[in-house]
Amino acid sequence: MAFGKYTGWRGLTYRGGGPMLSFLLHRITAVGIILFVGLHVLASFSMQQGLGDWGTTINIIYESWIFQIFVFFCVIFHSLNGLRITILDFWPKLLKFQREILWLQWLIFIPIYGLAIFMMIKTGLSGG
Amino acid sequence: MRTRIVPQRGFNLDYLMWLFTRISGLAIILLALIGLAMGFYMGARLQTDIATLFRWTFFPNPNHVVNSNIPDVTLGWANAFWQIMQMLVIFFAGTHAANGLRMITEDYLGHSIGRPILRGFFFLLWMAFLILAIYVIIGSAY
Repeated sequence: MAFGKYTGWRGLTYRGGGPMLSFLLHRITAVGIILFVGLHVLASFSMQQGLGDWGTTINIIYESWIFQIFVFFCVIFHSLNGLRITILDFWPKLLKFQREILWLQWLIFIPIYGLAIFMMIKTGLSGG
Repeated sequence: MRTRIVPQRGFNLDYLMWLFTRISGLAIILLALIGLAMGFYMGARLQTDIATLFRWTFFPNPNHVVNSNIPDVTLGWANAFWQIMQMLVIFFAGTHAANGLRMITEDYLGHSIGRPILRGFFFLLWMAFLILAIYVIIGSAY
């Protein structure tokens, strides 16, 4: 372990606050998107080539609106957070307002994601 | 506790991938916005669910948007322009993802014997993903 000091229980109880939360969510959503897109490409390849039913099964799960709520969270959060990181890296003067920019990011994220899951749940519960 | 070996400054893999991650992230956002706008322009604005909109956005492929209740999907999508767009999305996203996996695992592994093995594994995974995805794009052109 490279950072043995912060693993285990002390790692879990480390209070990093908002920046650490977005760092963790950035990694978790990254792995989520990789799993989703990788399996989806494999499933599409299987459907296209007729390699059995498993591709269709995976794509039916992916197309359900319940699963889309998670996927949409991953994509929107990862892209907005990545945009914030890029802007802060290319204009380091903005690092002075790091916390405010983080709040701004959540202020942009919540309406977009909230509207999307509202529409998904509304059409999902009324039968598509 | 071991000290962490800081990567060298200068023109090396870490710097190149740092730059590439940012540029490819911006490129994916731009390509996604183009796909979304063109999807709306070609008729996705009427009674489309979010999943279909996702497909128009990230992977505008006639086989991919075939379930979207729009009759003439192949008319607007099955041409070389959109195939090149899809390949760009796949290239940027696949490379971004492979590098991200490498960075995440190397954060937890540090300099150990598993590092070159993992780098080789991610390289093979990246190549296999790109070849498979480009095969799907070319195979669904008609």
